[in-house]
Amino acid sequence: MLLHSARHAWAGKPVRNAACALLTALLTFPALADHRLPGGHVGSIDDHGKNAFSLPAPGLNDEQKTTFVIGNSFFKKAWVAAPASTTARDGLGPHFIARSCGACHLLDGRGAPPPAPQGISTEQPMALLIRLSIPGRAADGGPLPEPSYGGQFNNDAIPGVKPEGKVLIHYDELPGQYADGEAYSLRKPRYTLTDLGYGDLHPKVQLSPRVAPHMVGLGLLEAIPEATVLAHAERQKREGKGIAGQPNRVWDAYANRHILGRFGWKANVGSIAHQTGGAFHGDIGITSRHFPEQDCMPSQQDCLAAIEGGKPEIDDRRLSQVIFYSQTLAVPTRREPDHPEVKRGEVLFHAGQCASCHVPSHVTGPHPDIPQYAAQTIWPYTDLLLHDMGEGLADHRPDFEASGRQWRTPPLWGLGLIKTVNGHTTLLHDGRARDFAEAILWHDGEAAFSQTYFRTLSKTDRAALIRFLESL
Amino acid sequence: MTALQRAFRCGIALTFALALSPTTHADTSPRAVLEHYASLVEANYDDTLAGIRELQDAVRSFVAAPSEAGLQKARAAWLEGREWYGQTEAFRFYGGPIDGEDGPEGLINAWPLDEAYIDYVEGDANAGIINNRKEDISPDRLNELNERGGEENVATGWHAIEFLLWGQDRSETGPGNRPYTDYLDGKAANADRRRLYLITVTDMLAAELEGVAKAWRNGADNYRASFVASGTEGIQRMLTGLGTLSRGELAGERMEVAMDTQDQEDEHSCFSDNTHRDIVANAKGIQNVWEGRYRTRAGRIIEGPSLKDLVAAQDASVARTVSQDIANSVALAERIQAPFDREIIGDDNSPGRKRVQAVIDALKKQTDALVEAARALGITRLNTSV
Repeated sequence: MLLHSARHAWAGKPVRNAACALLTALLTFPALADHRLPGGHVGSIDDHGKNAFSLPAPGLNDEQKTTFVIGNSFFKKAWVAAPASTTARDGLGPHFIARSCGACHLLDGRGAPPPAPQGISTEQPMALLIRLSIPGRAADGGPLPEPSYGGQFNNDAIPGVKPEGKVLIHYDELPGQYADGEAYSLRKPRYTLTDLGYGDLHPKVQLSPRVAPHMVGLGLLEAIPEATVLAHAERQKREGKGIAGQPNRVWDAYANRHILGRFGWKANVGSIAHQTGGAFHGDIGITSRHFPEQDCMPSQQDCLAAIEGGKPEIDDRRLSQVIFYSQTLAVPTRREPDHPEVKRGEVLFHAGQCASCHVPSHVTGPHPDIPQYAAQTIWPYTDLLLHDMGEGLADHRPDFEASGRQWRTPPLWGLGLIKTVNGHTTLLHDGRARDFAEAILWHDGEAAFSQTYFRTLSKTDRAALIRFLESL
Repeated sequence: MTALQRAFRCGIALTFALALSPTTHADTSPRAVLEHYASLVEANYDDTLAGIRELQDAVRSFVAAPSEAGLQKARAAWLEGREWYGQTEAFRFYGGPIDGEDGPEGLINAWPLDEAYIDYVEGDANAGIINNRKEDISPDRLNELNERGGEENVATGWHAIEFLLWGQDRSETGPGNRPYTDYLDGKAANADRRRLYLITVTDMLAAELEGVAKAWRNGADNYRASFVASGTEGIQRMLTGLGTLSRGELAGERMEVAMDTQDQEDEHSCFSDNTHRDIVANAKGIQNVWEGRYRTRAGRIIEGPSLKDLVAAQDASVARTVSQDIANSVALAERIQAPFDREIIGDDNSPGRKRVQAVIDALKKQTDALVEAARALGITRLNTSV
């Protein structure tokens, strides 16, 4: 479908002069906003194929598009152990879970847990990581690292260094019934860490499995004003319907203070810059200005002794290109937004109270690095707040201000395309839900009303609600 | 009435008015343009296949009795095949047979590749599938292993073959220099597996290209048949291929990244140092489609109703600009000196970098003109990013 909007004014041309800026401002006035463009006029792309998550926001100017392309090449780049003749990309590990960003965020899409044909995983996870901690708080207020293994379990290592161990996942099936009698089954994972390389785990170790989320529209989420997020928390309290969203407050290495958390399954990261540097550090073992020390615990002598790939292993310039790339991936346009079944599903979405947390839209404020992202009406379907989702989903591992039962409302934009991009339909923080229905059925705690509502819908209405979710 | 509907009616009138004009074609209806494009695409893929068949022959001869001369012949056949494949990249980026949902592009031309995924590298003699005797070397298994656990875990395609023929490029002045003895039992570890791997991936490349060529063959119930009947949709696809190759892929991925990193690994054909020819072939491929003119491997000229004709009927000035811009980018591409990984080194005043930057700038200019040309046909939002 061709979109005949004034967006074409930006195709390949810089947004330079005042008249153009004024036109931009007028066209993005909320009254003219279009729910078909979840990323706003500047950040939506009408590609619904395998590359749906991988294209730059069309509103970028030429110079930004170049930065995007270069950032993309470093995002995909496989890192190698130091020393290597390819000095630009050595420094992998010593401990790591993947060799490149793209290995887990394949095609900038959603990761999945490893296959488990008889309810037991048959491979090591790569796009699912395990966070570790013990009770207490680190100096910055965040989780206290496990004393031998640190803050993340790394199941791979460079030659000469022991991997931290292996991950085994068991699934238990939990049968249930819709009100109309139709049966369903949910699967609940249990994690075991085996082949431990550095001795026993702490008796009170806390584990949290986290799958790689898809990466569209992240810069737009950064541009949602903090006041907007806090106002939704206030609204939920006022409405007194049992929903009580809370903001997370997290340490940010770039801001050098605590800021509102927006990213990560527990809103445990405040900025894309911190997320990118932190992921390079924790997942691939690449040091940078704000993450300068290798991620080795004091007892991991082989890790500490390993050769580094430079100090730091990725410089500011390269890292900033990857950060920009991560911020400017476009959001795919809505699929069949006017189909009657989709519209019926939308009515049910609101009736079921889903929109209280999965807030459909926001107007962005200024973004410090991407001027075009200001004053965009976007449709991410999230309030970015933490909610108690009940015992079934709890990981019992606090993360800054998030409790062991709270999770951030994830954005729903683009979820319907995960099947096309990544070839699976698993959802939720650990990929336990095999489809949208299972994801809804896991909703509990503050969301209990919505779960009950869904379970009591007719089969036709359940299908309509899911078709609406697939269209986002 | 849309611009294209007007064009259709215009085409009938033009048939008479332009009968005597040497530079435009009589029937410039969208249908005629799509038909001629399909013929051009078919011819280009057929030429590529012919090149690959010669590569298969050269590889078989080499593997049967490895020698320096045999290796050189295989390398020469690879280089020749690339001249044709490079031009076909103008047919990408719109989900056609080459890169649709089940398209084989990732199996054919993925790069950059992590050499250690396939074979030994400096510092790790036991690296790669070849040196892992437990790993099966078969088309099915190599398909599975391709891009598994990372986009650089490339196991198949042109650049896997390139790496097998040239080896790592550790030279400042020339390409990789893998000894032919890597393929001789007793002279190199796992020579038997290396021989099998080379034959297997070469045959796989031929099979994949054959599948794509079939989809474009005339007279069958295939992609071509629906494409030529697709009207505006087909014209938009043609333009998307040109625009995205110009700006996103060639200027962006293949040149701007290398200019920024100055890294040998970021050049398209880094083992053979053939990147300068890749750039020319891509630029020519764009020109072929725009002008509707293609010179086959056998030296025949295929010419017919083109995008240029279709646009010229709406806006002669824009059509002229596009032709000039494209001719300019082809000429500038031909001025890039081999090896490409030396051209990109230095500061902005270095002559090599200036030559490369000139091509990047020319490609961006032609992309802007292509977007204008699309607009003249009523296509208001041409995607040119990759």
